[in-house]
Amino acid sequence: MSSIGTGYDLSASQFSPDGRVYQIEYAGKAVEMSGTVIGMRGKDGIVLAVEKIVTSALYEDDAATRIFTVDKNIGIAIAGLLADGRYIVDIARQEAANFRQQFERTIPLKQLTERVSAYVHAYTLYSAVRPFGVSVILASWDEEQGPQLYKIEPSGTSFGYFACASGKAEQQAKTEMEKLKFAEMSVDDLVQNAGKIIYLVHDELRNKDFHFEMSLVSKETKGLHRLNPQPWYDQAVQSGLAAKNEDDSDNEI
Amino acid sequence: MYSHNNFIQTELWKGGPVPGQFYNFPGTSQDINAGNITAPGLYGSNRSSSPITTGTSVIGVKFDGGVMIAADNLVSYGSLARYQDVQRVFKINEKTIIGAGGDFADFQSLKRSIDQKMVEDMCYQDDIEMQPKSLYNWLTRILYNRRSRVNPLWLEMVVGGMQDGVPFLGHVDLRGRAYEDDVVATGFGKHFALPLVREQISEGRLLSQSEASQVLRKCMEVLYYRDCRAISKYSVAVSTAQGTIVQGPFEVNQNWQLATLVKGY
Repeated sequence: MSSIGTGYDLSASQFSPDGRVYQIEYAGKAVEMSGTVIGMRGKDGIVLAVEKIVTSALYEDDAATRIFTVDKNIGIAIAGLLADGRYIVDIARQEAANFRQQFERTIPLKQLTERVSAYVHAYTLYSAVRPFGVSVILASWDEEQGPQLYKIEPSGTSFGYFACASGKAEQQAKTEMEKLKFAEMSVDDLVQNAGKIIYLVHDELRNKDFHFEMSLVSKETKGLHRLNPQPWYDQAVQSGLAAKNEDDSDNEI
Repeated sequence: MYSHNNFIQTELWKGGPVPGQFYNFPGTSQDINAGNITAPGLYGSNRSSSPITTGTSVIGVKFDGGVMIAADNLVSYGSLARYQDVQRVFKINEKTIIGAGGDFADFQSLKRSIDQKMVEDMCYQDDIEMQPKSLYNWLTRILYNRRSRVNPLWLEMVVGGMQDGVPFLGHVDLRGRAYEDDVVATGFGKHFALPLVREQISEGRLLSQSEASQVLRKCMEVLYYRDCRAISKYSVAVSTAQGTIVQGPFEVNQNWQLATLVKGY
């Protein structure tokens, strides 16, 4: 009891005297342990990319994916506890289907984000439940609204972004992304930068192996959310490997 | 004074629509204002025994390398040509197309379910798409189930597309009856269009794509002349190995020069 929470960290429904809810902060810690996940919004497309850390050589390549399709043109990337993330994805799919049933059109990403973040937030209010140990990045593109990007935190707060990151190397990825001009970025540039960032922020000393995963929604994908689409996937991996080699040779000098 | 407002000539409207009441379509024996639609009456409850807003014929043809489904763009309200710019043929995914005749509301509700299925299909992220035979079979189950509850979906559906790279064409109706063929039609089209297409494919030879679209054009023309629930505007859904597309609306050729010679109507 004399360590960090000192009794105020056992319930999500109780504040600590200095105004914090420790359960939410612990959920944030769960996200920080996860492989890095980024989302980037360009001129006419949007890309999600994931550093999927391989915990065992016995897994198949596509096992434990962190990018999911929620509706035709909506993708979600998950940083944090994968099991929690899958449940959130299921909720998002239900909300998208519910909207479709009522209005016979795809849910605008802003509304989906509001619905899912209200759900995530509800899990920070009661002593009987724990918050979700996930950070959820939502991406979509359509003809009317263009590319859209939102992120939901374990606390249930959500914002729209030009580019966002979660997981182990959140800070490093953000620093890389701040160098870029997203408003005028083409899909090809977006994809190459996504590959570059994920390969650069991967820490070979802590986790030796990872699997690069990405998805794309844009006009080029006919407005569909596509996981590891060709030829973009290869483009991303190539520019990622090139960036990494350059970085390594810098270190040798 | 107003209690005897017989200055309204009710006789003038006899058999026509009455304000505040449902309209009884000509040709149906049931009086829908009798109040026995869903309440169990002497002979049980009595529902969905006639369609309300309807589409007429749909015609489907296989050709070498694909399938085509055509239907005009009319949804009727009884004999009234109520909605004249409505698609009745649809792309379901890159391998499947459908066309619907019968009660259009029933079709719209069914299509919502189908569209949701396609979204669920995509969520698997395995690039595997539903194929037409699966949809065809699913429709037989849905429609047969509804007929078994004596509450049928009043539909006649044509399902087409590419099944494992081979053209597929099938027909399902409101009782769940189903068959596959090289050419299928619904409603009036069964009488007027089927013989016209069969004439062209008599030797068991499939048509080419352009021949198929020509024969469909001819069918839509004949149906426009002879079917009082048809209009001159039609759309065509096409499925090939390259994918699916809905084309149109097209306008049917019409020639009314003969009309002046017709006497006695």
